[in-house]
Amino acid sequence: MADLDQFRTETRAWLEANCPPEMRQPVKSEDDVCWGGRNFEFQSEAQKRWLQVMAERGWTTPDWPREVGGGGLLPAEAKILKEEMRRIGARNPLNSFGISMLGPALLKYGTEEQKQRFLPPIVRGEIRWCQGYSEPGAGSDLAGLQTRAEDMGDHYLVNGQKVWTSYADQADWIFCLVRTSTESKHGGISFLLFDMESPGVSTKPILLISGYSPFCETFMDDVKVPKDQVVGEVNKGWDVAKYLLGHEREMISGMGLGGGAALLGKSVGDIDDPALRAEIAAFDVDALAFAAMSERFIDQLKAGEAHPAMPSMMKYSGTELNKRRHELVMAAGGSDTLEWDSERTRKGKPAREWLRTKANSIEGGTSEIQLGIIAKHILRLPGA
Amino acid sequence: MTLLTDDQRQLHDMAKSFLAEEGTIKQQLRHWRDTGCKDGFGHGLWKQFAELGLTGIAIPEDKGGLGLGATEAALVLEEVGRNLTPSPFLTTAVATARALGGTAQGDRWFPGIVAGETVAALAVDEGKHHRPETVATAATRSGNGFTLSGSKQFVVHGASADVILVAARTGGSTGEREGLTLFAVERDAKGMEVENVTLADASKAARLTLEKVEVDADAVVGEVDNGWAPLSRALAAGRAGSAAELVGLASGAADMTTEYLKARKQFGKLIGEFQVLQHRSAHLFSEIEIARAAAYKAAELIDRGDERAELMTHVAKAKAGRSAALAVQEGVQMHGGIGMTDEHDIGLYMKRQAVLDRLFGDWRYHAGEVARIAGY
Repeated sequence: MADLDQFRTETRAWLEANCPPEMRQPVKSEDDVCWGGRNFEFQSEAQKRWLQVMAERGWTTPDWPREVGGGGLLPAEAKILKEEMRRIGARNPLNSFGISMLGPALLKYGTEEQKQRFLPPIVRGEIRWCQGYSEPGAGSDLAGLQTRAEDMGDHYLVNGQKVWTSYADQADWIFCLVRTSTESKHGGISFLLFDMESPGVSTKPILLISGYSPFCETFMDDVKVPKDQVVGEVNKGWDVAKYLLGHEREMISGMGLGGGAALLGKSVGDIDDPALRAEIAAFDVDALAFAAMSERFIDQLKAGEAHPAMPSMMKYSGTELNKRRHELVMAAGGSDTLEWDSERTRKGKPAREWLRTKANSIEGGTSEIQLGIIAKHILRLPGA
Repeated sequence: MTLLTDDQRQLHDMAKSFLAEEGTIKQQLRHWRDTGCKDGFGHGLWKQFAELGLTGIAIPEDKGGLGLGATEAALVLEEVGRNLTPSPFLTTAVATARALGGTAQGDRWFPGIVAGETVAALAVDEGKHHRPETVATAATRSGNGFTLSGSKQFVVHGASADVILVAARTGGSTGEREGLTLFAVERDAKGMEVENVTLADASKAARLTLEKVEVDADAVVGEVDNGWAPLSRALAAGRAGSAAELVGLASGAADMTTEYLKARKQFGKLIGEFQVLQHRSAHLFSEIEIARAAAYKAAELIDRGDERAELMTHVAKAKAGRSAALAVQEGVQMHGGIGMTDEHDIGLYMKRQAVLDRLFGDWRYHAGEVARIAGY
């Protein structure tokens, strides 16, 4: 306990000294989020410096091992760091699919050489990753994917198409599920890493109902991939894919926390309708209870006590909650929040975010897929 | 950390096996209901609670208790809820004991409570809804003491109690916390009429009519006009405790239903194979787990004396109430016709849920309190 108290004191002092005041302001828009990568343009010197000082301590990835550049913190220490950052309103120094998805998969399934090669640039925010999972014919039935990787002796030749690739047009590398065998559905999939600048890779943004294009179609046309860029065994990529999905779902479930925002009833302004107030109060009960669940889940996860299917429960509950939050924000906003491109609404932010949340319960496995996983693996219902 | 300590896990395991063996629906709830017991619970089992030290769970060690917190009470109550075990544990050992802590009345009643010989009740509600600030029962000074007049309802185990803590107004006006005083009134006090009422779940709660009931000055629990202090301790413990009991009840109902889905066949297959029931069961599972996390969190914050404890206790009671309501409604529906019979236990869960939800305030009351505290 004394050690942890000391850690808290030191962390608090270090954050005070090193977190720039600009980085303690709430994130106002997507532009304020630091994603890193080869082509990332920092919004400010402060944003750049905040990433740099945090990465030097490995605190962009507090609980990754020191050998790969991580912070090497114990779960209790990582939690303290998070609490102390929240205390001063410090922004996340780096948002990254490398941190939340690929990293954990590489730590578990990668070779020593792969870990040394790929993890440190993730910690430092130098390489931005995207996820090549879904295909036009393989959404919920992900293992039905058709993108082929043909064994050419010293390399693979990849042909096919991915869809819903988040930020593929801005990413540097992709982790990609490909078919290396047609003998078996789940047993013919491999997990490949390659550079998005490889000849034959092209992307095309998809315009969503929100008017934003966070997702792309990604096309692979005779893309050469060196053989040492397969993670895990050939044809056993489904294990890696599933493990990574658990982490993706954990990340998405965080949406249920509403970005750590205050109670919804406090943030939507005057509520003059008793029916709406009651609905918002019921929502705030669910949101605060979910926050308690989220804390408990992370503690259980770090202690190795979480059921492997629990990320599905968290993803399901968190995303459904987030959709409800935005429905209520829109309801409270009345006709103000219907404006699509006015400066008053910062170019239709409430409406566009509301529409964006509708994807939450689809991406990373639909709510129905998550419920199926809970029914099968936790409740052990027959035929699920 | 939100994880249990080794000691807490041990206590939980002990409560689990004790109540699964001794507190079953067949041996306790059905037995006392079907034999028309006036208490609605067995004194033999209450003695067993005492032998395990559980009657003194919230009573300080120097008063003969275990001196444990809201978290430990929650762990025991989860198992009470799972087995629908009737006993004075929640109201006597958890809620009322907290009100008595550190008071002269505590010294008087603790030995009997610890020994499993004394039942203590809490009389707060005066209307059909729980609104503790609106207490109107009047206590006027007379001679060396007070005279109490008014009425109370939903006094759990009131007719079986040796002592009833009665919230009354010595000052202030309706709606205010100031001016309330808590009195320890003996059940056979002159002028207090006690009507023993059987509720839907076969549990007993009393309606009290107080007509010029005279009590000595030393019947005051804590200080005159400052009854909110002991009362709010009792309410916090009762709310967090009943939230935990509701979580256990919800788990018990959901587990029973899941087992039924794995056994019942229609259309030539197990009904648990139907996706429509799988998804509803999975949703229910999620809601119960979230309610459990909220109940544990509320208890943890109470134990730490954290300023967020009050808010989180309202959250826990509201979330547990709703999740348990979903559990029993889905439970009866998924059991089909057999779920409507008295012979099957699932309906007992539904009836107990309704009572526990209303006890110490239903989920709508607590959602409203969340809005009130947040200021909207």
